[in-house]
Amino acid sequence: MSIRITAATTARILRQLAGDRRTIALILLVPTLLLTLLRYVMDSAPMIFDRVGLVMLGVFPFISMFLVTSVAMLRERTSGTLERMLTTPLHKLDLLLGYGIAFALAAAVQAGLAATTSYWLLGLDTAGSPWLIGGLAVANAVLGVAVGLLLSAFATSEFQAVQFMPAVVLPQMLLCGLIWPREEMAGWLQGASEVMPLTYAVEALTEVGAHTSPTNTMWLDLAVVLGVALLALILGAATLRRRTP
Amino acid sequence: MRSAITVSDLVVERGRRRVLPGLSCSIAAGAVTGLLGPSGSGKTTLMRAIVGVQKVRSGSVSVLGEPAGSAGLRHRVGYLTQSPSVYSDLSVRANLRYFATLYGVGRGEVEQTLDDVGLGGAAGQLVRNLSGGQRARASLACALVARPEVLVLDEPTVGQDPVLRYDLWRHFNRLAAEGTTLLVSSHVMDEAARCDRILLIREGAIVADDTPDGLRESTGTRDMDEAFLRLIREQEKGRV
Ligand SMILES: Nc1ncnc2c1ncn2[C@@H]1O[C@H](COP(=O)(O)OP(=O)(O)O)[C@@H](O)[C@H]1O
Ligand SMILES: [Mg+2]
Repeated sequence: MSIRITAATTARILRQLAGDRRTIALILLVPTLLLTLLRYVMDSAPMIFDRVGLVMLGVFPFISMFLVTSVAMLRERTSGTLERMLTTPLHKLDLLLGYGIAFALAAAVQAGLAATTSYWLLGLDTAGSPWLIGGLAVANAVLGVAVGLLLSAFATSEFQAVQFMPAVVLPQMLLCGLIWPREEMAGWLQGASEVMPLTYAVEALTEVGAHTSPTNTMWLDLAVVLGVALLALILGAATLRRRTP
Repeated sequence: MRSAITVSDLVVERGRRRVLPGLSCSIAAGAVTGLLGPSGSGKTTLMRAIVGVQKVRSGSVSVLGEPAGSAGLRHRVGYLTQSPSVYSDLSVRANLRYFATLYGVGRGEVEQTLDDVGLGGAAGQLVRNLSGGQRARASLACALVARPEVLVLDEPTVGQDPVLRYDLWRHFNRLAAEGTTLLVSSHVMDEAARCDRILLIREGAIVADDTPDGLRESTGTRDMDEAFLRLIREQEKGRV
């Protein structure tokens, strides 16, 4: 592993992303537009927007970075560039970190824009600091990158990679407590939600929404999110096989 | 002859097929060795084993005295895959600069290599907008840019026009004269004339390992296609 190679890989991935103007526009604008939509859907209940909008703000980077990463990595696997990269001095870790850093940066810009709009124009109100929300959003993006890298190993086409999104993300959204209180779900579903990383991501965001300073629960949730991201990265590294049949 | 690559009793299975059923050969240092054989004979498989990306069943491959694919070799060996593997959403120059950084070589080498493969004029274009031949040369440039000691090039001249083919072979010969070891595959027998040595491969077995002149003499023909045919007929006769 070397800093020079990791940095060059990060720059290369960002340059590829920058070349695709339409994807950039979608990444940057869609969360902001959806939050605006949500704000006016909940026009009569700003208190609920404070709760739901906040969670959307924090979880969106997870979804978009998951999608971008799984497609980008799938292309790398199927176009032969991955096989070739692994014959060069590039270390697997350089590649994984390159993706992680590049898309975490993209997510930071995305979350920054959405947060600025939400707090200034849409009247989002949280007890805790917007900077904490931003930090959690980036952590969730890193989780999305890590899970995307891992799952790209199980897709053989971009169609499949995109279908992992509803398969992996929607159940977590349903079970994380945003749509229905977790305590009121069937017992086995409560158990299932305990092992889903998005449950912790949402809990951390809710904590910041409700408390003026970071709580222990929030730090613990953040640790779980980053721990799962690390685990997914390690498993993802194991799927980058140098020798293939 | 000093050898840079030694393959012994290499057995490779792909799918259910035994593609290389125990191949041995050695490749001379500082020379261009042509790996020639019909499509499907196992050229790509052998090259993949030499750069260390092919799962092998048994046997050994050593490159510059180290086991193929070991970490220490990765900055000393350059590999061109048969189908171009470059980032199609980057320009030729951006691709080359990225590869140059991986190997720690500078911008000067990038511009020089672009000229060497005749892509100086197309350097700013996105790879996806290039013609097939240009794309193949962009991919080749990424293998050449670091000036590695060993170059493993899988069909580098396919789809190039005759003038470019001539230029590329002249470049390979020049690199060999400067001490680089090149293993270049082709399914076009005519290319044999440009090599210092030739390995003929058929159904995963080496059928000849000689110089172009030696091969012409032993088969009594100047035409490489014909030489290949005669060799195979002789072998089949020998088997009966
Ligand atoms: N990924 C693969 N899985 C199974 N069989 C393969 C694979 N790639 C190549 N083969 C088989 O291995 C044999 C040798 O292929 P290859 O090394 O590509 O030959 P060449 O490069 O000389 O055309 C062929 O019969 C081919 O069908
Ligand atoms: Mg081949």
